[in-house]
This record gives sequence, C-alpha cells and structure tokens, in this order.
Amino acid sequence: MRSLLSIEDLDRPEIEELLDLADEFAEVLARDVPKVPALRGKTVGLLFFEDSTRTRLSFDRAAKALSADVLTFTPGGSSVSKGESLKDTALTLKAMGPDLFVVRHKATGAPWRVAEWTGLPVANAGDGAHQHPTQALLDTLTLRQHFGKVDGLRVAIVGDIRHSRVARSTTQALQALGAKVTLVAPRTLLPVDLTGWDVRTADGLDEVLTEMDAIYLLRIQQERGGGEVFPSVDEYVGRFGLTRERAERLGRDAVVMHPGPMNRGVEIDPSVADGVRSLVLPQVTNGIAVRMAVLFRLLAADEGGAV
Amino acid sequence: MTLLVTGGTVVTPGGAVEADVAIDGASISAIGTGLDIDAEVTIDATGCWVGPGFVDLHTHLREPGQEYKEDIESGRRAAAQGGYTAIYAMPNTEPAIDAGHVARQVARPAPGVVVHPAGAITMGRRGERLAHLDDLWGAGVRLFTDDGDTVADAGLLRRAMEYLAQLETSSGEPAVIAQHAEDPGLCRNGHMHEGSVSSRLGMRGLPAIGEEVIVARDLKLVELTGCRYHVQHVSTAGTIDLIRNAKARGLPVTAEVAPHHLAFDHSEVLTMDPVFKMYPPLRSAADVAALKAALADGTIDAVATDHAPHAAFEKDVPFEEAPRGVIGLETAAAVVHEAVGLDAAAFFDRMADGPRRVLGGSGSGLEPGRPADVVVFDPGVHWTVVRFASRSTNSPWLGRELTGRVVATVAAGRLLYRLQEEAV
Repeated sequence: MRSLLSIEDLDRPEIEELLDLADEFAEVLARDVPKVPALRGKTVGLLFFEDSTRTRLSFDRAAKALSADVLTFTPGGSSVSKGESLKDTALTLKAMGPDLFVVRHKATGAPWRVAEWTGLPVANAGDGAHQHPTQALLDTLTLRQHFGKVDGLRVAIVGDIRHSRVARSTTQALQALGAKVTLVAPRTLLPVDLTGWDVRTADGLDEVLTEMDAIYLLRIQQERGGGEVFPSVDEYVGRFGLTRERAERLGRDAVVMHPGPMNRGVEIDPSVADGVRSLVLPQVTNGIAVRMAVLFRLLAADEGGAV
Repeated sequence: MTLLVTGGTVVTPGGAVEADVAIDGASISAIGTGLDIDAEVTIDATGCWVGPGFVDLHTHLREPGQEYKEDIESGRRAAAQGGYTAIYAMPNTEPAIDAGHVARQVARPAPGVVVHPAGAITMGRRGERLAHLDDLWGAGVRLFTDDGDTVADAGLLRRAMEYLAQLETSSGEPAVIAQHAEDPGLCRNGHMHEGSVSSRLGMRGLPAIGEEVIVARDLKLVELTGCRYHVQHVSTAGTIDLIRNAKARGLPVTAEVAPHHLAFDHSEVLTMDPVFKMYPPLRSAADVAALKAALADGTIDAVATDHAPHAAFEKDVPFEEAPRGVIGLETAAAVVHEAVGLDAAAFFDRMADGPRRVLGGSGSGLEPGRPADVVVFDPGVHWTVVRFASRSTNSPWLGRELTGRVVATVAAGRLLYRLQEEAV
C-alpha cells in the first residue's frame, strides 16, 4: 500500500489486516508507556486545510505514539490566506522533509493531487463529501471489537448522507466486511443516484429502529435546517432524531455511534449519547489505534519490524 | 493568388464528388476533374475531404482582459490550424462586450480568420438590464449571449427578444439570441453532472433538468416574440427532445453541440482530473448517444467548440476549485469525425454550413463563385496531439491519438495554414 486515499482501493483482506494491526496498537495504547519506536526518525506532515480538531489531534497522537516527528500545517493566518495555491503549499511543505502527508481538504480529490505533486505517500484525512477512510476503519474496528465480527451486522446510517464523506466511506467499509447498510434520511439529504451502492433506504427512523444492530448518526448542520433542505430542526428530529423514546425501542444489544461532533438534542438525545449503548468514546480511542496502523503500514511496512 | 486543390473528395451542393478545386483571388473559380490551371500553390488532397471553411459559433478568445490565457491572434492561429475560417468571440471578456466600442476592439475582418464579436444581452453580463443592443448592432454584432451565465430573468430575456426581433424585421438582417441554459436555482454550486458519479464522489451536481427547464421556458418566449433562438452547447437528451419539437412546430430555433460532449461521459470525472471540468458538464452515456444521433439527423445544426482556454496553473488544483472549460479549436474536427462518423457532406454541413445557417446564411458545400474559404481534411490519418497554437493546453486530448486531421485551411483565397510533415 503506497497511500491510503479511498476505502474503495482496499479489499476485505486488506481492511482486516489493518484492523488486526489496529487491535495490536490499541493494546500498545493501553500500556503504562503507550509508545513504541516503530517510526523513530520519520516525519509525518499534517496538512489540514479545513478546520478539524479531532482528526488532526488523533493523527498527531498516533504519529507520536509511533515515535514519529510531526510537522503541522493549518490554514489559519498562513500562506493560504495570502493566496498560495494548494500545490505550492504542498511542495513547500515537502521541501521541509516529511516522509508522508496526511491531508484534509474541503475539495474532493485534493489528497490525490497532493500525492501526484509530491510523490509522497498520502493518508486521506477527509476530502470534500467524498472519502474519510480512517474514519471508516475506526468505525468498523469499533463494531468488530464490540460484536466480535462485522459480517451480517445490520447498520442504519442516519442523517445528511448526501454531504457526508463519513457516510460514503463507512458504508463501503461495512459492506466490504459483510454488513448490511440502510440509509435513513430525508430525500433532500440522500445522494441523488444510489446506483452501485447496494443499500436499502428508509424514510424515517421508526421504520428500521427495531431491526438494527447499530444506529450510526451523522451530524446535522443546523444551518441546513433553515428551510434549505428540511423545514426546521424540530421537523427533522420528528422523523430522524434518535430521541430517548426511540432509543428505548432499539433491540436489546443494539449500539449507537456518531463520528462527532454531536449536536445533542438534534440528531441524538443527550441521554442516548451518554447511555450504555453509546460507542462514541470508544470510536475516538480507536481512531488513534487505526491511524497508528495506517501510518505504520505506509511508512514501515517495507522494513518489516515488530510492533 | 491562384490555388489548386487536387484529387480530393469535394463537398458540393450536389453532393460529394472526386474533383479538383481552383481558387482565383478571393473566390472559387472552378470545380472539376483534371483542371488544367497553372496555380501558384497546389495542394494534393488525394484521400482527403475538401469543403467549406469551418465556422465556430462559440470561441472564448479572452481578449480583452485575460490575455495570459489566450489573445485574439493566438486564438486565430489555433482556429486556422483547426480548419476554421470564421469564429464568434464570446462576450465574457473584461470588460464584457456589452457596447459597440468593445465589439470593434475584438472584431477582425479578413484576411485571416474572421472574428465576429458576439454581444452580451445584458450589461456586464450581470442579468440586470439590457446591454447596448443598438450600439452593438451598429458594430456588426448579430449573435447575442451572456454565455458563461444564463439570462435567468424571463422578463428581461423577453424584452431582449422583442428588441432584437424588431431589429431583424426592420433591417432584414438576422438577429440571434443564444442561451447558455443553466437554471441558477437547480445548478448552484454544482461541479459536474448530477448522477451516479457525482453521488459516488460526493460532488454537487448540475442536473440535466437545470438545462431543460431553461430551454423549455425560453421556447415559450420564442413563440411569443418570434425572435431567433439558438441553444448553446446542448448536453442532454431532454433538451434535444425540446428542440426537435420546437423545430417541428416551425419555431426559429437552432442548436449547437460541443465536441467534448460527443466524446466523453461523466465517468471520466472519476479521475477527478480538472481537465474534464466544463459547463455544461460531461453527461450520461445515454445523453452522449442522443447527442450523436441528433447531430447526425440534423436536429443539432452545428458543432461549436466552446474553446475555453485556461492557464496551466489555474487547472492544477482540485476539481471543484478549477475553472470550467477545455480548449477545442485544434481538435474539434478530429474529435467529431471520430465520435460521430459522419460522411463528408454531413461533416462539412455541421462544421461549416450549419453554423452559417444559424446566422441566416445559406449555401451548402463548395461551388464556383462562392468565397474561397476552403478546408482540406484527411479523414484517415492518425496523429498524436502534442502541442497547440493556443496559448493554453487545457485539453483532454493532449497526448492522445486522434483520427482525422486538417491539412490545409484557405480563407478568402489565402493559404492560412498547411500541415507540415512532422518528424516522428
């Protein structure tokens, strides 16, 4: 594996191998000294052109837990605001000597361009509404740890599917591992053409609540509720919010997930977010282990070496 | 100057014939076999098609204002290499061609590739109030468009149509409204065709219906006003149905298609390569098939390049941040030939005489007495696109092989371009 750009580039054995590796790194993170020298001497360049706190911190933590150095670029007050192009920024940062770039950008395909321009391995940390492969890996890892397997799980992804890179990549990863995915959203927030997606769709959460093993809620951008794509937040919650009442009707072993940051009281009731079914915090912890696995595979794989 | 084109398949009003074409001065003097003329220049057209010079209804020359992308002279050179003897320069320059003095600055008469400025319909192409239509008319403008943007306000478009229809009836000369059809509400923030590919990539779409609702609405205004109406870069099967119906009802409606819409569908965007970004976007395979059929059966009157130069650095960005458009003057003939496979007569009709008819012209093929705008096209030659006369190189065909190439362009009796044998 040269770069990790899209979940679509991985087959089932490759995903499972990354998850196995992530399990090993999760064990490392639980040690008294949660650090290994696997990437000592390597430098990871974090190119975050779009605001992101949790993904950036997670990659930062993952790189440091592998003893790599970190070079961080964020656009606030930087050359980007002075009109520097993405290409020039990438080439400038490359000249500072990183071994790999982690790229987050609001435009679809930006990580592919950075990989072309720089010739360095690239880990996609989210491009447009397209791909977020490490999120997909941490989601499937979290489900696999909880249920012991992903095969056969029934997962509902709920919310703004159309504009969500998480929905796209997590759906693909779940399907690659044998899960059945149902998309639940107002028509205005579903992708226009689901040809090739192999998913079910549902018109409201009540339709699918009792049959799901996992409910995966997406953040609803409240500014969309001003009549742009749904009439109001209240009306959205009425059909698509995981309220306390709905949570009570879930199957006994069903779990609730969210990529964060959550809008409590919108897509998820606070009591559900903090409840026993919630895997939200294990998702965050697993994010570090998964990103360690990805950085390790991209930077250390050729040299072999034990964890 | 005398010129003799020998041994080609010549497109004439009576069909394609094997013949020589003699040119004397600015017009064709004779067409026949074994012409015995002592010409200053002889072009051997054996195996080639010979027909009227191409006319491009849709060229972006970028001058004034963006000469780093293209200028009028580099655009004319590119046109000559592509077989064009006349081009219509779109008004989305800086400043826009919304008044006579800007049109006069852009216009280029013969000799060489004739540049006809197209005028804006609204001031600054802002869609708010009418451009200086009489002033533009006086500067020779006959094609009016806000190309790049749609005249979305139906009331404003109605008034433009009423105004121009009156200019036509009072002068006896044709006045054409050309629309870039893209409903702003349906297409806002879109980057590519709305469909399975955009859904997979998570990119906002430009739906086919965004083009069709504008054309459907405009056709009602044509019924009302009687103004000539031309649909620019038709891209959807639904638009073709609307045009076919309108023509059957006798409305003064014409349409053009761009070469890239005949050659590619939206699956190319899976590469996320900005060279495939243009508006209207590359559509579905079914749309492409419908466009080819409509060009072949004449529902679409003309090929028009939508030649849209952009500097390399502008396209060297992520897809969504890239400017729209591809260049096309130098590859259009080959691309159309390869994609659609028209015979010589139909090919020259859609490339040359069809576009002239949009502006009220008549004529079909070469005949003695007609102006000596002549193109020699070799339909069988394979070549690789390696360089352009255009200042820009934003072409999806750069580095690709094409079949069919312009080998000579004659405009008003002058040899503007002749392909040199290249060392391979």
